[in-house]
Amino acid sequence: MKRRQFNKLLTGVAAGIGLSTALMSGQAIAADDPLKVGFVYVGPVGDHGWTYQHDQGRIALEEHFGDKVETTYVENVPEGADAERVIRNLAQSGHKLIFTTSFGFMNATVKVAKRYPDVKFEHATGYKMADNLGTYISKTYEGRYVAGYVASQMTESNKIGYIASFPIPEVIRDINSVQMALNKYNPDAELKIIWVNSWFDPGKEADAANAMMDQGVDVILQHTDSPAAMQAAERRGKYAVGQASDMSSFGPNAHLLSVVDEWGPHYIAQTQKVMDGTWESHAMVEGMHEGAIVIPSFADSIPADVKAEAERLVAGIQDGSIHPFAGPVVNQAGEVMVPEGEVLSWEELEKMNWYIQGIDAELPK
Amino acid sequence: MIKLEPRGQHSKLMAWLSPVFAGILTLISGAILFALLGQDPLEALHTLLIMPVSDIYGLAELCVKAAPILLCAIGLSVVFKAKVWNIGAEGQLLMGGLIGSACALALIDAEGFWVLPLVLLAGMVGGALWAGLAAWLKTSFNANEILTTIMLNYIALNLLIWAVHGPLKDPDGYNFPESAMFSDSALIPTLIDGTRIHFGMLFALLAVVIIWVLLSRSFLGFQIKVLGLDSSAARLAGFREKRLVWIALLISGALAGLAGVGEVAGPLGQLVPSISPGYGYAAIIVAFLGRLHPVGILLATLLMALIYMGGEMAQITLGLPVALTGLFQGMLLFYLLACDVLINFRIRIPALSKSAADKLAVKEEAVN
Repeated sequence: MKRRQFNKLLTGVAAGIGLSTALMSGQAIAADDPLKVGFVYVGPVGDHGWTYQHDQGRIALEEHFGDKVETTYVENVPEGADAERVIRNLAQSGHKLIFTTSFGFMNATVKVAKRYPDVKFEHATGYKMADNLGTYISKTYEGRYVAGYVASQMTESNKIGYIASFPIPEVIRDINSVQMALNKYNPDAELKIIWVNSWFDPGKEADAANAMMDQGVDVILQHTDSPAAMQAAERRGKYAVGQASDMSSFGPNAHLLSVVDEWGPHYIAQTQKVMDGTWESHAMVEGMHEGAIVIPSFADSIPADVKAEAERLVAGIQDGSIHPFAGPVVNQAGEVMVPEGEVLSWEELEKMNWYIQGIDAELPK
Repeated sequence: MIKLEPRGQHSKLMAWLSPVFAGILTLISGAILFALLGQDPLEALHTLLIMPVSDIYGLAELCVKAAPILLCAIGLSVVFKAKVWNIGAEGQLLMGGLIGSACALALIDAEGFWVLPLVLLAGMVGGALWAGLAAWLKTSFNANEILTTIMLNYIALNLLIWAVHGPLKDPDGYNFPESAMFSDSALIPTLIDGTRIHFGMLFALLAVVIIWVLLSRSFLGFQIKVLGLDSSAARLAGFREKRLVWIALLISGALAGLAGVGEVAGPLGQLVPSISPGYGYAAIIVAFLGRLHPVGILLATLLMALIYMGGEMAQITLGLPVALTGLFQGMLLFYLLACDVLINFRIRIPALSKSAADKLAVKEEAVN
């Protein structure tokens, strides 16, 4: 009995605090304070990959709105029990729009969103939604297709390396997209895949790059976030493709192109909606057409005709006339998944868990 | 040249004050650091050390963060007392989480009061088995446990990643690497509504008391301590060394396993690839910071958890980088080691006290 009363008391106190903060935030809006926008990062802002690029988006947001917004970020947040506390503390400290930028924050974001119905949440790369929780993801596979084409033309050994993080749909989709380009432009080229089971581990990424180059690989692609593979390729006179951010400075000779995530436009657009009161929950998928995926430059080492074709691919993907997964798409068993004349839909790409024909490897189970 | 000379007497009081000195020195250095970063030092220290625990939710979160570290560290105090260097609390924690999750997922449709105890027990068995592997390698092949436990950490991590991508993956989870959410009867109940503090913290406190009694009041604890202080004396006294190594490692592994299953069945509610941001390693620091004494370990755990949380708070309210957390932990350890060295040794600069050294040399010659 006593215990229950104690709990009641605590709930009462908590409700009281909640009420008073609600009143305070009401006043805050009336006083036209800046909109507080929070960001939760899985890596350090200096990773020069995924998190760095999200932070560039945050900086773009600040530059766009000036003193109408106030942004906060928490970096290196583990995808475990800590995430919920960090997200909750952001919501509790008056942030009205919170971006959680890694898949592993999904359930934590869902839990906090339930407790803070008047705060808007956006979770990157996940699939759970609520009235105040939307999702957003980039079509990295579009850029990866162009990278696959350039790699298919630049390789001399016909061995292309791919450093992969985790076998989730996003990563499998991008490997397949590269293979689609190889099947079309250089079927003799072979894709060698190494799983490092990490998004950011410069040591492991460099080891994987070196192991592949030992096996004759001369172009390295990566779906991990550090520039370690780019640096390894530079040291050994091979080529590499940058991921998430422009990595040209890490391999002046090795760098062919970078597939860059531009989060700024998304962050600016969603913040504007929250300011206008028009924000609604959404599952947003953006790519080259929306400017969310960008290839800032092609290296001078790429021959002019290859560069011209790559630029044609970019233009085609932007206007929708080219789709990386244009049929026929055949799986490893030889089954036609999409016939000629059709393309794989986003619904199918979203949960892709199979390799296409041409990949000589098994999916890690 | 600077020389270190052992002090004749070891002061017990100073040995206990050393962590306090280290703490004070860390605070002073931290304040200077904040001032250099252009922050008000007092406000920054307030943000780092007081703000995270200024309400019930914060205090509850401190316990959530502390529980796994405390369980690992208190277990490590037992093995370290026996001078068995178990660096594998991290792997034992992961195995506890993995086996506990496998049990919880197998019983996902079961209901009843018995589900949770079974899940927790499975986690403890998982951790104990993993430590038992190291015990077996040590007692049967004389394999160095520092190496085997470190390597077993990586094996455990890869097993966990394999399981969460394979057999334990949520069938409705779009192929993402995480398990289904556990059923309610497999979840550890929370203690206070609206917070995440759960019975895990009580288990940890209970473990502190039990280990304290074990080490200070029981014959087994006495044997473990003798083994650590002088293994040949332990042998001479007829203590069975191998049995003691087994027992110490099993206790330590079981407690680390409980920490792991406490995370998945507690705040997480499912198995994910990253159930521990290195609690097993943090526990090694905590165990030594706390002088391998249960109360010391409890205090050190709370401090460590507080620094983690303060680092988050400093990022949110002051915009300071996360590297600050590592810096504070590093400074704390550095000062602790420095204080320990200065308490046990005195610094001599021979160039300044040459005459004294000469006298010593003359004496030594005379002896020879």
